[in-house]
Amino acid sequence: MSFRKRGQAAPPIEHVAGNGLLHRRALLGRGIAFAGAVTTGAAATAAAADPLKDEKWSLEFGGITPPLQTPSPYEKDVVRTLSNPHGEFRNSHARTPHHLLNGTITPSSMHFSINHCGIPNIDPAKHKLVVHGLVRQPLEFTLEKLSRYPLVTRLHFVECAGNSAPMFSNEPLQVTAQALHGLASNSEWTGVPLSVLLDEAGIDPKAKWLVAEGADGQMLDRSVPVKKAYEDALVAIYQNGERLMPGNGYPMRLLLPGYQGNMNVKFLRRIKAVDQPAYSMFESKTYSQILPGGKTWRFHFLMEVKSFITQPSFGYQLKEPGFYAISGVAYSGTGRIARVMVSADGGKSWGEAALQGPIYPKAFTRFVMPWRWDGQPAVLQSRAWDEAGNAQPLRAEFVAARGQTKEPVKTPLAFPNQHYNSITSWGVDGKGEIKHVYA
Amino acid sequence: MSTRKALGGCLLALAFAVAPAVSAENTGLGKPITEADIKNWDIAILPDGSNLPPGSGTPAQGAALYTQQCLGCHGEDGKGGLGGGPLAGGAPLTNGIETPKTIGNYYPYATTIFDYIRRGMPFQAPRSLTDEQVYALTAYILSLNKLIGANDVIDAKTLPQVKMPNRDNFILPYPDRI
Repeated sequence: MSFRKRGQAAPPIEHVAGNGLLHRRALLGRGIAFAGAVTTGAAATAAAADPLKDEKWSLEFGGITPPLQTPSPYEKDVVRTLSNPHGEFRNSHARTPHHLLNGTITPSSMHFSINHCGIPNIDPAKHKLVVHGLVRQPLEFTLEKLSRYPLVTRLHFVECAGNSAPMFSNEPLQVTAQALHGLASNSEWTGVPLSVLLDEAGIDPKAKWLVAEGADGQMLDRSVPVKKAYEDALVAIYQNGERLMPGNGYPMRLLLPGYQGNMNVKFLRRIKAVDQPAYSMFESKTYSQILPGGKTWRFHFLMEVKSFITQPSFGYQLKEPGFYAISGVAYSGTGRIARVMVSADGGKSWGEAALQGPIYPKAFTRFVMPWRWDGQPAVLQSRAWDEAGNAQPLRAEFVAARGQTKEPVKTPLAFPNQHYNSITSWGVDGKGEIKHVYA
Repeated sequence: MSTRKALGGCLLALAFAVAPAVSAENTGLGKPITEADIKNWDIAILPDGSNLPPGSGTPAQGAALYTQQCLGCHGEDGKGGLGGGPLAGGAPLTNGIETPKTIGNYYPYATTIFDYIRRGMPFQAPRSLTDEQVYALTAYILSLNKLIGANDVIDAKTLPQVKMPNRDNFILPYPDRI
């Protein structure tokens, strides 16, 4: 695993699976490199005909350094896509542009956001959180008081149960990874363990559930098992080092690592300890699933092991045969990602991808797989396993268990079902154009 | 305040000495309050009817109110389609995932109807309806779904007794997580 010494000859690159997949350590500075120096030589010749010159930005005093920086104007297309841009009286979704991002942290400005009745404009000095019900002493907390606790910081993904819902379509919808999978994001969250607040209020052993409720115009509420509170739940008050974004629950939200996004109640204002679940509208209807045959699931909670390739993906155009890195994100609500396999031939053969560490539980892990595209059609897929041994299901088995639509889904804004965690396949044609395919 | 100051450090030290009886396991950062203080916020209704307020309503009372408050989004007779979802009817779930979920074919408990109307409806003016009005609308919606009779009265006692058709059709994928 040591870095190769300068000047030391690299061993020849190893093909590990069909259609040009290379060993995961190739070009990661860990002792394997390309044998083919031909391409490099050709590029060097071309560059010589085009002497370097200074651009104008190198010859002038630059722009103002602002108090709050925003991305370069050249990155103006790296934004969330909206389902309700004019604020009509219905829910709103903003999706993370996965195909244009890298690493594992979703910038706060691009974290996905779903709001069922708009975003409340909350004055943090007036906001209160109460913990009551089956407790010895009901307590009221302010943001200022919560900020005085010893806070904990953890990386966690949040994923809407309806993320990837268009994949329940019987035919692949031709849209980006953002449109398909943009309702999942990953942040560093800082907050107070919920168990600390429950202990301070003196929770009664008879309490098996918590009704968590927001301060939004629907007072959105979900029932959460007390068990989860004592595993890893937080009342989060910072996101990526700054206060929560309004659309992500400012000034405080419940964070239930690995559980349905909707349960991570935003604008959190009340936690009531009770002996039975409330059967709120969202848990009675929206976030429970119809199974083939008509039975239904309720209290599904867990966002199961999943991965998808973000680069290259739909919307990319491979300009020439040659070297590319296949890259994407993997995550599991159960724990850490253990392994990601990648295929370039639609699942006929698989090679193990490199995982960018450190690998955190219930958080995005980025995988990378070196690939030499030979200019022929290819189908790119990823498949993840978590540390508990759960495997991301293949599409055929997933559809058999969970169903698919009878008619093609026409829009990425449709939610024919919930909890899709099967494979995403990107089909590359001979011209390098990438389509969404089922394989 | 001045009295306390005048008493000086001695009493202050005593106060801190007494405080740990609570704060040995407690930071003191949470302000103790009473359930009476929380009452206005304590709106979640449990499926056994816990926390349902006094009051009652009938389908006829609800029908009139529905026309003013709900029809614009949820359509005539709760058929939906004007922005709001359908509130009545609903096909059997045997058609799988393409079956639209409705109150009649899906909700396990009728208490959810009262709870959700009261906390979030109508969209443009949540919490503007009285408890009596919410009972009346709940009764109207239940009657549209033929789950109660046209003259039945819905109140804290009768609402949890309404048996929803899909109640026993649910399974838990992860029972060990509860």
